[in-house]
Amino acid sequence: MSLFRRYRRSPAAIVGLVLLFLVVAVAVAAPFLFPKDPLSLAGRPLQWPMANPRFVLGTDPSGRDIAAQMAHGARLALVIGFVATLISIAIGIVVGAVAGFYGGWADTLLMRVAEAFQTLPSFLLLLVFVAVFGSDITTVTVAIGLVSWPAPARLTRAEFLSLRHREFVEACRVLGMKDAKIIFQEMLPNALPPIIVYASIVMATAILLESALAFLSLSDPNVASWGNLIGAGRGVLRTQWYVSAIPGVAILLTVLGVSLVGQGLNDALNPRLHNVGD
Amino acid sequence: MTILLLALRRLAASLPTLLMILVGLFLLLQLAPGDTVDALMAQMGGGDPATAEELRRYYGLDLPAAAQLGRYVLRLAQLDLGMSAIYGKPVADVIAERLPVTLLLMGSSLTLAFVGGMSLGVLAARTVGRWPDTILSTLGLVFYATPSFWFGLMGIVVFAITLGWLPAGGFEEIGTGAGGLERALDIARHLVLPTMTLALIFLATYLRVMRTAMLEVLNLDFVRTARAKGVGETAVTIRHALRNALLPMVTILGLQAGTMLGGSVVVESVFALPGLGRLAYESVVQRDLNTLLGIVFVSAILVIAINFVVDLLYGWLDPRIVADR
Repeated sequence: MSLFRRYRRSPAAIVGLVLLFLVVAVAVAAPFLFPKDPLSLAGRPLQWPMANPRFVLGTDPSGRDIAAQMAHGARLALVIGFVATLISIAIGIVVGAVAGFYGGWADTLLMRVAEAFQTLPSFLLLLVFVAVFGSDITTVTVAIGLVSWPAPARLTRAEFLSLRHREFVEACRVLGMKDAKIIFQEMLPNALPPIIVYASIVMATAILLESALAFLSLSDPNVASWGNLIGAGRGVLRTQWYVSAIPGVAILLTVLGVSLVGQGLNDALNPRLHNVGD
Repeated sequence: MTILLLALRRLAASLPTLLMILVGLFLLLQLAPGDTVDALMAQMGGGDPATAEELRRYYGLDLPAAAQLGRYVLRLAQLDLGMSAIYGKPVADVIAERLPVTLLLMGSSLTLAFVGGMSLGVLAARTVGRWPDTILSTLGLVFYATPSFWFGLMGIVVFAITLGWLPAGGFEEIGTGAGGLERALDIARHLVLPTMTLALIFLATYLRVMRTAMLEVLNLDFVRTARAKGVGETAVTIRHALRNALLPMVTILGLQAGTMLGGSVVVESVFALPGLGRLAYESVVQRDLNTLLGIVFVSAILVIAINFVVDLLYGWLDPRIVADR
């Protein structure tokens, strides 16, 4: 309760929450508002927004309803963002916890692997994954999760390094608790707040990565995705620029919402920061 | 001289990382359906299994995986990246042709993002809590959330199509026969939109980092001392605070070198620039894994090289790093 009170003190955080809520509402309502397949032929191609009352946001070069694609695209963006974040945070927590808790050669080895992943540009690595394993939506989501784990892993490791010599951990050891239980039941809850805040950054990046991939038509062409729509509008940019413009605004607002909520959570979880003036 | 030694030691420490990347890429390649010979045969328009067998023996693809890995690493150590299936040339040659464009794009974007982010960050820190700070911080957040390719497309709509000020894509005007300064100006005109597109997200990040760093440094004792002895506000900012606030900026620069390289894939595709990123895209579309892995390898080396320079910069910005050892 007090967390929420601290959270709503920042106007930016409220704006973020409203944006995110709107996107979630559209995503949930999509199958009811647009029960037909969003990728099916709906009418004459390239009608401007508002030109035809049936298509509030107009139609794309293949005669598909842009509003329907936008609504279903919101579902996809949120699901991909959420699942990819879950994967990357899960890997990050396990790797970071093991490295931070045990130290020694396990730490050295795992951090070397993390460094290898961070040396490679993540978008290029994503291209390699897509080239090797194909580009259906499940593969793309898992691949995005796989390229984004090193940063959460480093964060978890740092938290565990500072926790491992605390008294409550020593007490657990004396009680003869198993390592896994100490790590996941005792230490992890203490390390979690900064990781959850970081998850918002991972999610924002994941949504941007998928849209870039879809824009290059290297993501799944059989689902309604904002990135796909921007790519489809590229050919008619000269005259019908709205096809590309509309989904871009949606991506911007979604990513902005996710980042603002993350920042708001961060400020609410670290109230001391308010007094420093930043 | 000591900072060079220090940076060299860091460079040596990144060699195992590079080796690990190579082994990882090799294993990924093993997982990919089809091998180089399949790609070659497909390009020749098919062939009989006997020829395929012979080619596999020729390329050493009949050896056990461990032996192949050894040969692969050895070849890469000699900068032999193999043949590109789609260009019919050695991958190293193809990459060398494309690299300058990407380096030019990255260099100009990095400069713009760094200088822009630094100046605006200082401005935001100096006016903290007042309207320039609020506007800059909000704009920074919005830019950070903008997909770069979309910003590029909208830039084309406004500046190339509607206003007609700038070209919509390409690296230079073909067939003008211009040379020297005229050609350089032409290339610069073509690079304005791509540079701004790629720089935008990084400018937003640098702005935030610079603002926070400046606010922190401006609260330190030595700044108060400088003010107390009557140094003007501008001199305090530029001569005393700036250099110290630059350290986190340089850190971010090293950390984001890879991200920028990844971003150039998208930006080069938007503006049809014949660079490394566009080559990566083409090789994915055409399933030319040899070229793709070559690009990834070169990118990793590029990132390591940038971080080497960043380490050197550290020593120049903060002599204490050397003195501590």
